Amino acid sequence: MFRNVAELVELAVSRNCKIAEVMIQQEMEVTGKSREDVFSMMDRNLKVMEQAVEKGLAGVKSHSGLTGGDAVLMQAYIEKGNFLSGETILDAVSKAVATNEVNAAMGTICATPTAGSAGVVPGTLFAVKHKLHPTREEMIEFLFTSGAFGFVVANNASISGAAGGCQAEVGSAAGMAAAAITEMAGGTPAQAAEAMAITLKNMLGLVCDPVAGLVEVPCVKRNAMGAANAMVAADMALAGITSRIPCDEVIDAMYKIGQTMPSALRETAQGGLAATPTGRELEAKIFGIPLDRREP
Amino acid sequence: MKYRSVFDIIGPVMIGPSSSHTAGAARIGRVARSLFGREPKWATVSFYGSFAKTYRGHGTDVAIIGGILDFDTFDERIKTSLQIADANGMKITFIEEEAVADHPNTARVIIGDDQGQLELVGISIGGGKIEITELNGFLLQLSGNHPAILVMHNDRYGAIAGVANVLAKHAINIGHMNVSRKEKGQLALMTIEVDQNIEIGVIEELKTLPNILQVTKIAE
Repeated sequence: MFRNVAELVELAVSRNCKIAEVMIQQEMEVTGKSREDVFSMMDRNLKVMEQAVEKGLAGVKSHSGLTGGDAVLMQAYIEKGNFLSGETILDAVSKAVATNEVNAAMGTICATPTAGSAGVVPGTLFAVKHKLHPTREEMIEFLFTSGAFGFVVANNASISGAAGGCQAEVGSAAGMAAAAITEMAGGTPAQAAEAMAITLKNMLGLVCDPVAGLVEVPCVKRNAMGAANAMVAADMALAGITSRIPCDEVIDAMYKIGQTMPSALRETAQGGLAATPTGRELEAKIFGIPLDRREP
Repeated sequence: MKYRSVFDIIGPVMIGPSSSHTAGAARIGRVARSLFGREPKWATVSFYGSFAKTYRGHGTDVAIIGGILDFDTFDERIKTSLQIADANGMKITFIEEEAVADHPNTARVIIGDDQGQLELVGISIGGGKIEITELNGFLLQLSGNHPAILVMHNDRYGAIAGVANVLAKHAINIGHMNVSRKEKGQLALMTIEVDQNIEIGVIEELKTLPNILQVTKIAE
């Protein structure tokens, strides 16, 4: 069983296989399930992701009314053709937002690695799909590669916003996506690890400060930026750019930052954007609680 | 290693919006239900930390009751669980605790009926994964991801060996085991996670062993 990214990369290199394959074999060993079973379980998750994106792109609205409809706006904007950044990035952004809008509306999603960060991996996957034309099997492998990196983060740091801030949720998701994009685009296992390191470095310190405690503001837009971040980092790694700080050390830094973060900035809705005047007003409006009765 | 399967990371399939607060809560509720073995008549749920601060917006309340009603994380009925519980005549109380728990996402579930009650503490550690840390006052570790049996017994020599022998005879492999007791020589609890579901016949056989008081199973 691999315990860190260095071991994961080493296993892939020594077996001359993809990161995805290392994860698939480990899953078979740990659970005793057949290759076919493991693949069909991941295929089911992929189907849930496809349906969520489809639903989000058709337009959803959350119960609170705080989020919804942004994925639709972004798709319309892309169609006009007048965008500044690349089409693949914006497509990834719109699909990440679509997924997270469905999540906010209490729709069905696949936690990747969590529900609050469920948009990044599928958003980037369905966007690069148009560029790289993967087979169904390669799309499933994309999820195993993402899972392998997420597995390391979850076991050595955290993937929970309440425990480690949003860096642990959207940060982890973005790093996982960057590694999987890199591998799907033909990058080496080492390059996938570089992409993960570069992405996560740029997500360090990200606080979890959901307005009114809801997984909506700023979560939906953070999924968008996580997707964009992953795409750029994958391109950087494929260009041969490396992270001066090794991936495992970045993960460790993320863990320690999370531990020193005050609890007000870890999903308690007591600090950050949640504690802004507008954040407090929205909270009071949604829950019908007078502002003067709120905790400071 | 807290996380063992890739599906702990890519998954679960669930009703939004929060894997810790919604899916994790549903799983905590469902373990309580599974241990209780029947639908309770009442439920008192205390939330700590981030659960206490944000449970309304995250649907933690509807999710944990959904779990107590035996719904899975992706069951659409989770959204209307409070109404369903009400229709079934279940009395529900939520308590927002001020106390600081060891983990930021902690819930204490007490469920019961005329026949008895059960108290359980669960934590939601991220990505929908949970651990059960306390059962009826006993400290324990239970991931909720594997089939498990809980054996209440008298703290005497041979009690553990007896249970292990029966499991070995039926070719059941133990993945994780924990023994917890309140005081030496008094009541004790064995928590045994196994690789496959255990037939009811094995449970009945375990119950006949000396010093074994109660055996409950939790299916995956």
